[in-house]
Amino acid sequence: MKQLTTPRMDQCIGCQSCSLACARLVHKKLSWNTSGIRIHSSGGLSTGFVANRCLACDPAPCAAVCPTGAFSDRPGGGVIVKKKLCIQCSACVAECPVDAIYQDRSGDVYVCIHCGQCVPFCPQNCLEMIESDNIEEVLV
Amino acid sequence: MIGEGFRVLLVDASTGKGKVVELDGRNEVAGGSGLAALLYQKYGQAKLPWDDEAQPIIFAIGPLTGYFPLMSKMVCSFKSNYHGEYAESHAGGRVALSLKFSNLDALVITGRCKNLSCLSIGANHIECKDATFLRGMDAESSGKLIRRMFKSGGGHRSILRIGPAGELGSAMACVNVDTYRHFGRMGGGAALGAKNIKGIVIHGDSDFQAPAGKDYSKLYKDVYQMVTSTDMMKKYHNLGTPANLQSLNDISSLPWNNLQSTSDPGIQKITGERFADETLLRNGACSGCPVGCIHIGFIREKMALDNRYHYHQVSYDYEPIFAAGTMLGIKNPFDILRILDVMEKVGLDAMSGGVALAWATEAMEQGLVTEKETLVPLAFGDGEGYQQAARHLGRGVNDFYRLLGLGTLKAAEVYGGGEFGCVLGQEMAGYATGELFFAAQTLGFRHSHLDTGAYSYDQKHSEKDVDKAVDFLISDEPGRVFLTSMVACLFARSVYSEDMLSQCLGVVGYTDLAGKIPEVSEYIRRLRWKVRAETGFHPDNFSIPKRFYQVTTWKGGVDKKYLDDLKRAYGQKILGLIGDIT
Repeated sequence: MKQLTTPRMDQCIGCQSCSLACARLVHKKLSWNTSGIRIHSSGGLSTGFVANRCLACDPAPCAAVCPTGAFSDRPGGGVIVKKKLCIQCSACVAECPVDAIYQDRSGDVYVCIHCGQCVPFCPQNCLEMIESDNIEEVLV
Repeated sequence: MIGEGFRVLLVDASTGKGKVVELDGRNEVAGGSGLAALLYQKYGQAKLPWDDEAQPIIFAIGPLTGYFPLMSKMVCSFKSNYHGEYAESHAGGRVALSLKFSNLDALVITGRCKNLSCLSIGANHIECKDATFLRGMDAESSGKLIRRMFKSGGGHRSILRIGPAGELGSAMACVNVDTYRHFGRMGGGAALGAKNIKGIVIHGDSDFQAPAGKDYSKLYKDVYQMVTSTDMMKKYHNLGTPANLQSLNDISSLPWNNLQSTSDPGIQKITGERFADETLLRNGACSGCPVGCIHIGFIREKMALDNRYHYHQVSYDYEPIFAAGTMLGIKNPFDILRILDVMEKVGLDAMSGGVALAWATEAMEQGLVTEKETLVPLAFGDGEGYQQAARHLGRGVNDFYRLLGLGTLKAAEVYGGGEFGCVLGQEMAGYATGELFFAAQTLGFRHSHLDTGAYSYDQKHSEKDVDKAVDFLISDEPGRVFLTSMVACLFARSVYSEDMLSQCLGVVGYTDLAGKIPEVSEYIRRLRWKVRAETGFHPDNFSIPKRFYQVTTWKGGVDKKYLDDLKRAYGQKILGLIGDIT
């Protein structure tokens, strides 16, 4: 299966169009946080940008600690999310080693589901959907 | 979730506490420029001095902020110490979306902190911290320390700060926004400094339900494609605004050497292409804007005889290059960036600072001021001297520089040389296009080249029809005012037609506002002028220095009678607007 990758983050200009697209199209939100991909500056705007996003672990440690099955392993890496099963326990948020899962103030969690809807909204061609088997290097 | 009313955070800097108030008026003033004027009417003190504790500094966004591409700017308004009247300045960066995602339409700060402080706000917090240790610190270093003072939300928030120029009350002090953007003009930095506030952190840590249905996402996609896939925004994306350097020089409209000339063959060394080829390090964008017009150049400094270097990043645009470049006779891109770098650090508005130093140079040539005042020799083309002078101006190191920081013509009142002060309401923008621009900037609401399209009109019209030209200014203003009430980047004005704005407002739920854009635009325009008039505005407060009558543009020499007639007629029209609103 394909997964979201960020192979050209050096080209990122920090417009956050990808975050806004995920929030808008996947989660029906207006936000730069409630998104599966969050763009941050790293030590100020003079140092460029990083993408906080799911690296598609396989198996996924966040799914392993989920006590309800709201998160389960996705073939090829990452997770399948069943929001209705989530009890907002935060275990997945704490377990993710790369801070890819966001929990809003109401307790809902947001993680990339590798749907690719953000990709066409990157004006700098930073993002790409790639088959899991073809990923040679993980870049953030 | 849209707000039919306005959600405004009022902060009393003297206590560090605040409260949220809900105000009506969305369908009358929309937001941004209109909201800022409404808030000044409500919380401002029109008759008190600019630095009275009771004066507010206001930050306002609009109904479309964050909802659509390029709806990415914020309006800052205050009583200016430049002219003692109500003023507006606009900035991008992350600040607009940060305020939106703090669930606020506006932030109003009154009072004065007991000690120099930093304010931090978000959707669910207000915090004011002592920052006495930042006294006198440059804007860059301050930004680094403010990031450490407020740890949460790092890398995903907006940080505003002032440099020493703002602390000492320079009327040319800017508010630095997220390192590369600014509330530049009319002394916003001094207005914040008068609150004893060194910095503001806005966290933007909330979220909203997107408008229901597919129409919003579809319209967003359409707008996104217009701004990224067509040529509508290409000039901002490619070379950026510095592309204007060559074109304005070609039509004898680029100010050189304190506007002693309007064209120079030396332009070949500092065109937009030269900046891009030689200095451009990378590009950046405001949050929510896929165009990415921010151009960041580099300067590399050798710090020892051995091969030891450090580098620094400096954003550039047409206006700063004009002010710190052609106006000062500088023809080396890196020298221009070095001057701009100093101005960034001391927190000076680059346009005002450069034009003021250009006047000081000519004043020195004429013997009106000497090195006793300027501390360094000033000569057109001498980049090193201007770096030092910019630092002196920003830090107000002596009486001369402190006075110059209050305005070129203020200094000229003492030292002479008012006839060659390049001031049109404030230090000129880089358009020596002709009579209409000179009249329009002199009396324009923000004294900005973006108040109206006068510089464009000048380039298309050689006839001298006062009524037609002034009618153009009057008819051009409301549409721009509505855009700055949304608050759109004015670079997007070709995309956001009235019809498009109506669609955007309607699809997110502001159906009443969507249906009466012309009426609201006109109301906001008049409200802004009324608020300004209450603080003392009158067209007669502003004159046009002699230098502008000596300019030669593509149309030939400036026609004194035409220029005077334009100013008089435009002033009368503005007075009419002020008188019409109750």
